[in-house]
Amino acid sequence: MKKEITFNLNNEETTVEVDPKWTLLYLLREVLNLTGTKEGCGYGECGACTVIIDGKAVNSCIFPVLEAEGKNIITIEGLAKDGQMHPLQKAFIEKGAVQCGFCTPGMIMSAKALLDEKKNPTDEDIKEAIEGNLCRCTGYVMIIDAIKSVAAGR
Amino acid sequence: MRGFEYYKPKTVKEAIELMVSLENAKFIAGGTDIMVLIRQKKISPQSVVSLRNIPELAEIDTKDGLRIGSCVTHNDIDKNEYIKKYYSALTDATSQLGSRQIRNVATIGGNICNAAPSADTACPLLVLDAKAVIIGQDSSREVDLDEFFLGPGKTVLSRGEILKEFIMPRFNENTGSSYIKHTRREAMDLPILGVATRITISITSGNEVRCRDMFCTIDSISNILERLKDEGLRCEDVRIAMGVVAPRPIRAKKAEAALKGKIVTPELFEEIGEIAASEAQPRDSVRGEAWYRREMIKVLVKRSLAKSMDRVIRPDEAIYPERLW
Repeated sequence: MKKEITFNLNNEETTVEVDPKWTLLYLLREVLNLTGTKEGCGYGECGACTVIIDGKAVNSCIFPVLEAEGKNIITIEGLAKDGQMHPLQKAFIEKGAVQCGFCTPGMIMSAKALLDEKKNPTDEDIKEAIEGNLCRCTGYVMIIDAIKSVAAGR
Repeated sequence: MRGFEYYKPKTVKEAIELMVSLENAKFIAGGTDIMVLIRQKKISPQSVVSLRNIPELAEIDTKDGLRIGSCVTHNDIDKNEYIKKYYSALTDATSQLGSRQIRNVATIGGNICNAAPSADTACPLLVLDAKAVIIGQDSSREVDLDEFFLGPGKTVLSRGEILKEFIMPRFNENTGSSYIKHTRREAMDLPILGVATRITISITSGNEVRCRDMFCTIDSISNILERLKDEGLRCEDVRIAMGVVAPRPIRAKKAEAALKGKIVTPELFEEIGEIAASEAQPRDSVRGEAWYRREMIKVLVKRSLAKSMDRVIRPDEAIYPERLW
C-alpha cells in the first residue's frame, strides 16, 4: 500500500507517493530520476549511494524510504549553485581524484559531511570520513589531496 | 523483494502492542543488518516496526553511572566525552565499527540484539557490568548482559519484548577499560577476535606511579611490566571478555579470578593470557583459524589489560598517541 511522504530534498519541499518496501536510493534514482547517487553493492558496504540526511552521511541503499519523512536530504545534485560547481567538485577534478567516477558522488558527499562538521580536519579525520567509500581506481591519495585542498582553501 | 508494511510507533508501549498484534513482524532500528537481510531475501517479514522515532530509546544519561538507550547510534556514543573518559572500552568499540555511514545510523541495541558472536559492543558492555533493561507488554525486567545471549542470533528476548536501555554502574577512580578489535582492515570489517578488559588498580608502594612514562615507550608489554614490578600495582578488580571465540561473547571468569587481588607482574600476565585462551572454544572460519585465534587471545588479553592500566596511570593520554596499542 502506497503512502505519501514529505521531506526537504536539496532545499526543496518534496512530496511523493512511496511503497514502504522501497529504499531511499530507489526513490531517488528510479522515481525522482536523480541518478547522480549510485548503487554499488546495495548492502551498505561500498558507500557509492552516500547522501547527507540531517547533516550526516548515510548509505541510502539500506535506508527505509519511510524514514525520510520530515528529513533534510542532500544528494550530489544539490551541491552546484547557480551553474557553479561546489568547491569539492572542482577540487576533485583539479586534483585528478576522479577516474571511472562511480565512487565520486558518494565520496564527495562523505567529504561534505566532514567539512560541514569540522573546519580543519586532519588527515586522520579525512581517512575516517571516507572509510566507508570504496574506490577501486585511484588508491585514495588524490581524493584525500582534493578534500584537503578544499579544507585549506577557506 | 516481497512487500512489507512499515510502522513508525512513537512510544515503547505502542511498539510492543504492534509487535504482539502483527503477524511475522520484525523490529528495525538502524536497519544496517535488517535491511541487508531483507534485500538478500534471507528474511521476508510482512511487517517492519521501526524503533527510530521513539525519543525515550535514544537518550544517554550520565547522572548516576551510565544509561544508554538501545536506539542510541554508535556515532552518538563516539562523540560523548564522558563515555570516552569513564567507559573507554565502549568508545574503542563504537569508533571502530563499520564505517562513518554505518555508525551514523546503526544502534547499540541493534548490535546486541543481533547477538552475533562478533558484536563489537558486546565485549565492552560485558566488562562494564552492563544490565539490559527489557520492557514487555505488562512487565519489565533487568538482565545481566552475561545472561542476555543464548547463542548465535539468540537472546533472552521473547516476542513482544523490547530492549529499552543498558545500565552501567559508576566505577572506582583507579579504573580503566579498553577494547581491542583484531581485524585485517581498519574499516568495514568484522573482528577476527575481540578482547575487552576493565581493571581497577591500587598502588601499594605509595601514592603515585613513579615510572608512569614507561607506558609511552615502544617497549614490549613484558618489559614495561617488568619495570613496574617494584611499584606494587595490585589488581583490585578485573573483567575480561572475549568475542568470536565461542557461540556467544563470553567472559574469561577463571582468568579474572586468577588476577584479582594480585600484584601485577609479567609472569602473572603471561599466565592470565594462557588461562583466558583455555576458556575459549574458537572455530575455524574465513576470518581466522582456531589455533590462530587461541594464540592471539594470549597476546590481546595482555595488551588490553596493559591498555586499561595505561588509562588509569595516564588518564590524559596526551603523551603518546593511542594508536600505539
